[in-house]
Amino acid sequence: MIAGVRSWGGYPAVEHAAVLPLTWRHENLPAAVRPLLAAGLSRSYGDSALNEGGTLLATTGLDRIIRFDRATGRLQCEAGASLASLYALVIPAGWFLPVAPGTANVTVGGAIANDVHGKNHHVAGTFAHHVVRFELLRSDGSRRECSPTREPDLFVATIGGLGLTGVITWAELQLRPIAATDIEVDTLAMPGLDAFFELAAGADATHEYTVAWIDALAQGPALGRGVFMRARHAEGPRTLRAARRQRLAVPLMPPVCAVSRPAVLTFNALYRLRGTRTWKRSVQPYEAFLFPLDGIGNWNRLYGPAGFLQHQCVVPREAAPRALREMLAAIAKAGQASPLTVLKAFGDLPSLGLLSFPRPGVTLALDFALRGPETFALLEHLDRIVVDAGGAIYPAKDARMSPATFRAGFPRWTALEQWRDPAFSSSFWRRVTQAP
Amino acid sequence: MKRTFERVIVFGATSAIAQAVARTLAARGARVHLVGRDATKLEAVRADLLARGAAAATVAVADLDDLALHAGLVEGAWVALGQPDAALLAQGVLPDQAGCEADTSRAHAAMIANFLAPASLLGELANRFEAQGHGTLVAIGSVAGDRGRKTNYVYGAAKGGLATFLQGLRGRLHAKGVHVLTVKPGFVDTPMTAHLPKGGPLWASAERVGDGIVRAMERGASEVYLPGFWRLILLVLRHLPEAIFIRLKI
Repeated sequence: MIAGVRSWGGYPAVEHAAVLPLTWRHENLPAAVRPLLAAGLSRSYGDSALNEGGTLLATTGLDRIIRFDRATGRLQCEAGASLASLYALVIPAGWFLPVAPGTANVTVGGAIANDVHGKNHHVAGTFAHHVVRFELLRSDGSRRECSPTREPDLFVATIGGLGLTGVITWAELQLRPIAATDIEVDTLAMPGLDAFFELAAGADATHEYTVAWIDALAQGPALGRGVFMRARHAEGPRTLRAARRQRLAVPLMPPVCAVSRPAVLTFNALYRLRGTRTWKRSVQPYEAFLFPLDGIGNWNRLYGPAGFLQHQCVVPREAAPRALREMLAAIAKAGQASPLTVLKAFGDLPSLGLLSFPRPGVTLALDFALRGPETFALLEHLDRIVVDAGGAIYPAKDARMSPATFRAGFPRWTALEQWRDPAFSSSFWRRVTQAP
Repeated sequence: MKRTFERVIVFGATSAIAQAVARTLAARGARVHLVGRDATKLEAVRADLLARGAAAATVAVADLDDLALHAGLVEGAWVALGQPDAALLAQGVLPDQAGCEADTSRAHAAMIANFLAPASLLGELANRFEAQGHGTLVAIGSVAGDRGRKTNYVYGAAKGGLATFLQGLRGRLHAKGVHVLTVKPGFVDTPMTAHLPKGGPLWASAERVGDGIVRAMERGASEVYLPGFWRLILLVLRHLPEAIFIRLKI
């Protein structure tokens, strides 16, 4: 297991001194080689949940429910509980997680530590907006209950704090009521990037969920073409269905990357067929819409042993049209993009954490098979466009941004460094805080 | 017909496999009585099961290695639940084989925890289930009990003895309407195995094993390997000639 811990992107490969499970929330931290870092379901793409040479504290055994009030939708649970397990628990009682990222296979602790967002950011903000309080276990043995009013500094340092302030042992969440788990999804063909801004401005006012998929290989006038989706929970009769079991999985890693350019071209052409000239409505189970890739276990293996890099940035709204155009042109020219290119407009609700990624603007997420130095060079080029536009790169997805890029996007990192537990660190943190 | 379980006693209730089984039954509204050594851990499990939908959850704190307590613990479970329809015995320890060889008292402790204590509890439970004329007895053995290996034979012997005990008990209770299930998990990723290197296709989660136990209880199976592929592996291992087997570094 020690050598086997990889993040979702499979890069970088690092060795840990030990991986120790945390099983009981009342117990103290184990004696272990420092630095320490809590790790959940390892869905961070890069090195933010890796801790080379140190100890990973595996939190997935901390998955108990502490209290669930079915009348008020208050849920207190241990921090290693997965969002998928919480959906199964709360849906039959008519509740839903107010914010979830693109996979339900993350832990509550990870959702806080990365202050994750979803397709409803423009109405619901980030995960932490729905966190009532949590407990932080520090290496000095102290336990700090943190909320917006209690230990507020430690609260905002821990939100988006990448696990550096200690171990989150439990959290209390406020759920949202739903009448139906099915989602009404409207799709529309998006001829180019300009259409995205118009569609997003319109749909964000009327729909809870909005997101666009784009064909990152399209060039010239077709640049930014894709499919726009707006969605809301179905109305009408109360229909609550917990997720079905995952049926497909990638059982083994192929010896080479299966996400080749012809494969991506084919996928993109097929996916684009979903977009029609007028709005087309379909009703989907929530997991199909919110977590489309969770239907295929270990899909990351398709990228082969070399792994892949994700690049997710946010750029301010005014600068977005130009910056996105520049980025998409660079990607199309390099011909390196993957099928999973997602565009989403963030809302204006200020994020709570010192290092929260979401901020007003537009976020673009791209996967790149790791093909060697040219992949790093392309991403470095994209970073420069983002930084020049006044944007930031998402730490949860990153394995390689430079310290300068990180500091430009997260100027409050020095405040987090002050609140960091001295015994905690990560490969990511050591990489981006070293002298540029 | 699929059996249902509404009143369940869980011994070793803080073990990962026991929690997985209890969660599934709690979500269906079962009443559970939890027995374990550590009051704080039991309380965490109790709250979890109640939040997941258990109709009731009671606890009894006891060291199950203390055989003198067994009759009272079983009596207490009947007081808490009325007529239980299942009991799961999930306590156990994974001893360090080298440590057991160097210090026989450690081997004694492992044999008490893994064989003597569950067998003694099963004896008490069997008499009560036999008297009430229905119930399901489930105990967790191990694939390690199917053949003695030099790297793990103290544990294996205790689990193998437990499996033999359960076989006989199954025969005794068969005509009395009481069902006996032997569970033989392979490598399970739990705190008990935290010190072992993990990963790879042979390792299963406690949830997966727990699901398998509940399904085996429902269909009234006698013996189940979890995950199922272990049945095939053990079939091969059991039939290897001894002259070859003793040379294997397993």
